[in-house]
Amino acid sequence: MTRKRLILTVLHRLAVLAYVAFALFPLFWLLKVSVTPTSLLYTEGVRLWPSQASLEHYKFVLTHSSFPTFFLNSTIVSASTAVIVTIVSSLAGYAMSRFVFRGKYWIVGLLLLTQMFPLVMLIAPMFKMLSPLGLTNSLTGLVIVYVAFNVPFATFLMQSFFDGIPKDLEDAAMIDGATRFTAFRQIILPLTLKATTFPVGLLSFVSKFSVDFGQMMAAGVLALIPACLFFLLIQRYLVQGLTAGAVKG
Amino acid sequence: MTSTHAAAPPNGDRRTAKQKIAVRLEPWLYSAPVLILIVAIMLVPLALGVSYAFRDIRLLNPFSGAFVGLKHFRELAGDGAFRGALVNTLWWTFSSVILQFLFGLILALLLNQPFKGRALAQALCFLPWAVPSFLSGLDWAWMFNPVVGPIPHWLYALGIMSEPSNILSDPETAMWGPIVANVWWGIPFFAITMLAALQAIPKDLYEAAEIDGAGPIERFRSITVPFLAPTMAISILLRTVWIANFADLIIVMTNGGPADRTQIVASYIFTQAFRRLDFGYASAIALVLLVLLLAYSMLIVILRQTMLSRH
Amino acid sequence: MASITIEAITKTFGAVPVLHDIDLSIGDGEFVVLVGPSGCGKSTLLRMIAGLEDITAGEIRIDDRRINEVAPKDRDIAMVFQSYALYPHMTVADNMSYSLKLRKTAREKIAEAVGAAAGKLGLDPLLQRRPKALSGGQRQRVAMGRAIVRHPKAFLFDEPLSNLDARLREQMRAEIKRLHKSIGATSVYVTHDQIEAMTLADRIVAMHGGIIQQVGNPLDLYDRPANLFVAGFIGSPAMNFVEGHCRAGVIETTDGSKVAIPDGIQLAEGQAITIGVRPEHVRIVATPEIGTYTARVDLVEPTGFGTIVHVHLLGQDLKIYTLERGIAVVGQPMHIALDSARLHLFDRETTNRIG
Ligand SMILES: Nc1ncnc2c1ncn2[C@@H]1O[C@H](COP(=O)(O)OP(=O)(O)OP(=O)(O)O)[C@@H](O)[C@H]1O
Ligand SMILES: [Mg+2]
Repeated sequence: MTRKRLILTVLHRLAVLAYVAFALFPLFWLLKVSVTPTSLLYTEGVRLWPSQASLEHYKFVLTHSSFPTFFLNSTIVSASTAVIVTIVSSLAGYAMSRFVFRGKYWIVGLLLLTQMFPLVMLIAPMFKMLSPLGLTNSLTGLVIVYVAFNVPFATFLMQSFFDGIPKDLEDAAMIDGATRFTAFRQIILPLTLKATTFPVGLLSFVSKFSVDFGQMMAAGVLALIPACLFFLLIQRYLVQGLTAGAVKG
Repeated sequence: MTSTHAAAPPNGDRRTAKQKIAVRLEPWLYSAPVLILIVAIMLVPLALGVSYAFRDIRLLNPFSGAFVGLKHFRELAGDGAFRGALVNTLWWTFSSVILQFLFGLILALLLNQPFKGRALAQALCFLPWAVPSFLSGLDWAWMFNPVVGPIPHWLYALGIMSEPSNILSDPETAMWGPIVANVWWGIPFFAITMLAALQAIPKDLYEAAEIDGAGPIERFRSITVPFLAPTMAISILLRTVWIANFADLIIVMTNGGPADRTQIVASYIFTQAFRRLDFGYASAIALVLLVLLLAYSMLIVILRQTMLSRH
Repeated sequence: MASITIEAITKTFGAVPVLHDIDLSIGDGEFVVLVGPSGCGKSTLLRMIAGLEDITAGEIRIDDRRINEVAPKDRDIAMVFQSYALYPHMTVADNMSYSLKLRKTAREKIAEAVGAAAGKLGLDPLLQRRPKALSGGQRQRVAMGRAIVRHPKAFLFDEPLSNLDARLREQMRAEIKRLHKSIGATSVYVTHDQIEAMTLADRIVAMHGGIIQQVGNPLDLYDRPANLFVAGFIGSPAMNFVEGHCRAGVIETTDGSKVAIPDGIQLAEGQAITIGVRPEHVRIVATPEIGTYTARVDLVEPTGFGTIVHVHLLGQDLKIYTLERGIAVVGQPMHIALDSARLHLFDRETTNRIG
């Protein structure tokens, strides 16, 4: 029995280790390429670590390219997208979770529909619509578009969070003297926020972080660092938050 | 306490018409921002895009824009590249989803066991999700390249390859490149949703089953699977549709080649739109894809309904 | 303080009727308990008073003001939920002061009110804790504190003690009673625990299937249950029911035994009757006399204070509650007397009390 258990434990750890290796190796490769000097890139292409590591790519990206501007812009875009997505989708998610109303299934259908077609199809018409408004080359336009792209999934996520919160809490707040909206703002939202700003907001932050930068691995790594840091922070909440009942009790 | 009411009972709700409308409107007020956004930013462009399918829209061609009726669709019917792309899409979508799902489920089950360092392992295993698709495509393309990547050499060392070559340039194997990258990238999605669902299963169910004499396999079959089934169904459905539309990795890694062997419908649309700048034709293809995906989703939803009603 | 008048209230969820034509008036300062089995509509009625459910038809008034259309926040009532519904992200003090803050009460007044309520309930040492860090009993107290802190017109309780263990429940029951004595607020209390109902209520409202079965003070319901449902619901161990028919001036039970008809009661020949007798009103006698019955003891359940004896009699598993110990031995015969003054007679067709 104990022997069997030991073997199982070892197998389990080995499997986990294999997964970690599989997940990390491509990231490691990214890092390795980014510190390989251009002269060695092809000659030492298959070595696990170059005989001579250098930060020349990083220096170039940070000083000669427009990467710093890009970086700043995408930070602004991502952060605003995250904030707006969280607000907007929590409102709709709340309506989905708490109200019984006739249009509900149509809204769900609409949200699902938005997941069905290639976004490429939208680019030309969107361009046509946004250019008269002067939004095509602005961060504002970008934020609006990203918010729209991220909102359907975020709404479903929010709905499942709210489903996990007992209705008694709003009832209690409304009896205590709050309107429904106050109850939503002061009781329900703070409860979910802990669990959701992270997943919902920062997720859009992460996925949209690196819009399009030069084809440099170094730039890639640089852009990845904050994204990965955020992700390391949030992934815990993501599972927790998705588990209904994370906010109960 | 059985008082008799001579008159009809007083009406329960005497709110004014205005107040009643306010009550009716409440959920719509909450949903309004999302609805406005989606309609304005996605639905209207979608409708426009659909209309493009029936028009001659070529960027850089000032004389285009005329209504051409079903011309694009007729063209499409005879387009061999499109038919090839359809088959490739099936391949791409189903192998990616099945592999992502299987490995994601296994990872979730592994992470659902308590062990030392679990939090760290979980964080690291989920990390690929944080990588932008474009960058992961690039990274994997490098790794598959025998000059700058290790994978061909490993395959050669294992005797799977007769010489270290790039699978991405071999028409027979090219599709596996983006699929592997996609699996790497997509495992966390399934692992996260499955793990959340797993953790929502009450622990005492397992204890009860164990006391009733159920072995680990039996417990998995009779508790885990039924509890995960709804989450699985929904996430597989959403993921399938999403992956069918997901062309980033293919565009970055192979650009549909070699010899169109990795061209999927979504990347074909991209090619038509941005290489040939033929937005009319691209929209027509997109419309066909949309109809196919809708049909697929309907099918799944109906299947699920009948399965649910049978239980 | 206020009175609550419920008039011809009907509630349907979609097409499902849940409450039928409920009439009830609750006096100022009165403690009314709604009892009834699960699903009979107690919570629904309470939530309609609170404003959490729409009123399909009928009218609810607080102090003669129609409140059907008034939002819960403007009704000035407090409610204690079965789940307590404490705000998890707020401390005990914040939970209790939330309603006052919403009413823009001055800071010092809030502190004073919270202090007073906490003092009454012994919550002082817990004020800075979050609900997560409290035991079930403490959470219950906080829920009570949140209700009393703002001196509402009325208190509504929805099974507030059902999540506590038996001992704590007893303790809190006494505390609620004491609290009501000191505050004197109009209260509506829902429970399906009939001991709670008996001990707390000024008046009990017994409900079944969305219909009020009987309203009265606890001893009324115990002494003169209006129908079979109330008879069976009030009292523990539950009342014995014996079925029979009126034949030639006596009641003949299904096994052919005869029971005398109590004085002053008129029955029609052949009328289907259910006789009710409480276990504590069945007497055990030492020697057989005229009109006593003899039966063999089936089962003996000592409860500590008394003993429940089961015998097979009158075609029925008859329970007897006695305070004497050692009087019954399984398998031994026993002599039993039924005092006709203690019998309850019900018409089996209408289920209503006779006499
Ligand atoms: N929102 C709702 N929609 C439809 N039916 C409902 C709803 N709420 C309650 N009901 C039904 O109304 C009936 C009365 O419910 P209610 O909660 O008032 O019962 P209760 O007497 O409080 O029971 P318990 O003692 O179990 O709390 C039940 O049959 C219930 O199924
Ligand atoms: Mg109830």
